[in-house]
Amino acid sequence: MSSRCLASLLIFGVAALTLSACDREERHSRSKPVGETVPAGESPDTIWPGGSVPAALDPRAKLYDNNAPAISQGQQLYMQMNCVGCHFHGGGGMGPPLMDDEWRYGGRIDQIAASIAEGRPNGMPAWRDKLTDDQIWKLAAYVRTMSGQPSKDAVGSRAEGMSTTTPATLAPREPAHSSDTAGQ
Amino acid sequence: MPGVFHGGVMRRVGKACLVAVLCTATVALSGCNRSADKQAPGKVIAGSPPAANHAVLAAAASPADDGNWTMPGKDYGASRFSGLNQINPANVGKLALSFTFSTGTTKGFEAPPLVVNGTMYIVTPFPNILYALDLTKPGAPTKWVFKPKPLAASQGVACCDVVNRGAVYDAGKIFFNTLDGQTIAVDANSGQQVWRTQLGDIQKGETITMAPLVAGGKVLVGNSGGEMGVRGWVAALDEGSGKLAWRAYNTGPDKDVLIGSRFKPFYAMDQGKDLGVKSWPPDAWKIGGGTVWGWLSYDPETKLVYYGVGNPGPWNPDQRPGANKWTTGVFARDISNGEAVWYYQTTPHDLFDHDDINEIILADMPWHGQRRPVMFRPARAGFFYVQDRRTGQVLSAAPFGYVNAYKGVDLKTGMMMPNHDKDPKVGRVVRDICPAAPGLKDWNPSAFSPLTGLVYIPHNNLCMDFGAMEANYISGTPYVGADVKMYAGPGGNRGAFTAWDPVNQRKVWEIPEDLPVWSPALVTAGGIVFYGTMDGWFKAVDARTGKQLWRFKAGSGIIGQPISYKGPDGRQYIAFVAGVGGWSGAVVSGNLDTRDPTAALGFVNAVKDLPMKTTAGGMLYVFTLPR
Repeated sequence: MSSRCLASLLIFGVAALTLSACDREERHSRSKPVGETVPAGESPDTIWPGGSVPAALDPRAKLYDNNAPAISQGQQLYMQMNCVGCHFHGGGGMGPPLMDDEWRYGGRIDQIAASIAEGRPNGMPAWRDKLTDDQIWKLAAYVRTMSGQPSKDAVGSRAEGMSTTTPATLAPREPAHSSDTAGQ
Repeated sequence: MPGVFHGGVMRRVGKACLVAVLCTATVALSGCNRSADKQAPGKVIAGSPPAANHAVLAAAASPADDGNWTMPGKDYGASRFSGLNQINPANVGKLALSFTFSTGTTKGFEAPPLVVNGTMYIVTPFPNILYALDLTKPGAPTKWVFKPKPLAASQGVACCDVVNRGAVYDAGKIFFNTLDGQTIAVDANSGQQVWRTQLGDIQKGETITMAPLVAGGKVLVGNSGGEMGVRGWVAALDEGSGKLAWRAYNTGPDKDVLIGSRFKPFYAMDQGKDLGVKSWPPDAWKIGGGTVWGWLSYDPETKLVYYGVGNPGPWNPDQRPGANKWTTGVFARDISNGEAVWYYQTTPHDLFDHDDINEIILADMPWHGQRRPVMFRPARAGFFYVQDRRTGQVLSAAPFGYVNAYKGVDLKTGMMMPNHDKDPKVGRVVRDICPAAPGLKDWNPSAFSPLTGLVYIPHNNLCMDFGAMEANYISGTPYVGADVKMYAGPGGNRGAFTAWDPVNQRKVWEIPEDLPVWSPALVTAGGIVFYGTMDGWFKAVDARTGKQLWRFKAGSGIIGQPISYKGPDGRQYIAFVAGVGGWSGAVVSGNLDTRDPTAALGFVNAVKDLPMKTTAGGMLYVFTLPR
């Protein structure tokens, strides 16, 4: 094989590698078993008997937290999936508020993702068969904007809807729950 | 003394009319009479009608008082009139607490206590615990407790707090509904379950919050979930077995709605075949709402049951062009087989969530020289309807507060005349719509006294901004499509308590209230009207003048139904449960965040101050006169 041929093969190979590396969306496709990617077992608890250590923050949290496109798409999903019908623009209604400093099942992004995926017994539906894990993470990222958790350069300065709610850039950061290590 | 307004009020009325958007001939002067709110509480605006010329109870539906209180409305005619008269304007100031009982719940408490022969029965909000208290013993100790254990998940599909509007007693059994869609019969003596029937499905967003009506050997129950894209119905169960006798849907083909040869709607707008399909976009009727979460009345003479139908879904009206039959109207049905006899659509193609589920009071009234069997309907859209209950013909429909969303009711065609300036459209926000979504008056029933001929109406004075948007139907989730923000109406008072003369269609007196009045009313033969406020005041006012005679501060805001009964000791008692919540009080019972004006379908914006004025509770209070 000539060296020119080798070189072109090499270039082709690098290009293929590069292309596949960019294809992040495909990794989070609907066909993948959800349990592998959504932190389904992420506990909202803060008591660990016998000195066990709580799980570290899921590494994928970094991909979504403070990620402007993820937050923006999460906001669209929040409207389209009717989250807004129960939690409204963070003040709550049928469901609890999301803009305050109280988190029944944990305010960490992976804990919120787990609550969305698995549901909670007092009325929160389980969305894992309706949404992809990528969508669930994006929703969780948006939910955290209501209590002002992400950095202000990652959030939209105006709401998608017509409501007269405060823009996310002005949302004050609520004190984090003791289990919330994402902002620390 | 018809039409007596003293000069000062008249002048101010005139000013208010100039400011108001509309004041047509059909929208009576009283509709624009907001300035009257500013006068001293209880000030008489007009005189009571003379006794010979006022409305009385429908005799067959409202028998003489036996001292018990067996159903929320007191009787089939929903009078909420107690025939007891030991407590009167002269001695009511001495009313003293007899006993209290904590129900252990902290959600909106809308149910009344029931009293049957020395036992009191109370059903709580979710988890719908049924208590029996022994009134023959000091302190009314618990006789038994029945826990139906409804599914916890049902809390997630109940639009406006996890309320229950009461139980019913009949023939040795207590009947009530659970939030997760069951109807249960319990032996009144032993507290043992007799039967239970699953009627609603929370997977579809159906819950049950209403109190059943038990009549003619049937238990009538309807579903809730008009904000969840359910299909509304009313079902009749056999009183003895709990087996389904019939179920009538409020949308869909005539055969599902139980419309047959006997169906004779009075107005042309309600006549035609399969209107429950044709007045909707294809298949929209399957998720179109039209629930029955309010009140049913029954006329034992004609064997007809009357009930109002809830709002069409979604709230965004652009997604459901058409009249949306048979939502936001009132049905008369034969109780034996459910067959529809007549129907009247109060607001065709409802735009503002103006459910028509409010109480229907059965009365007999002089009308143009004749006595007519009528029904009174202080409706959510803001008009006080007087209708012939044999045919559905509207005799009068005057606004009992400030209304700008409609121009009035055309009495020839029966049609509500919309004000197109207020039509919601996707992508724009329409401001200053009055009344707001909860209506000029919501579910909390009025009381009617045959002694004064007046209807005592607890109600709201709220307006709203409404932004419609596309709603996405996903079963078991909200199907609304609107951003709403409510606030106080003209005058700044968010509620009012109004005494209404149904014959002359006018206010007799009115008490402005700072907060929306979400508590039902009770009127007694002693000439006293009782109601509660959302900050916890339980008030007794003179039925003729509205003058406040006595008040008591409860531990939580009051949205529960007050009752009056004769105790085993022969004395007259007054009882209610204080426990703020419901749609109006969800900001407290659900611990909502007041920084979001759209929270709880926009109600939070109107009651931001409530968390500083009251806290959640669920306490029964019982009063009597000292010996």
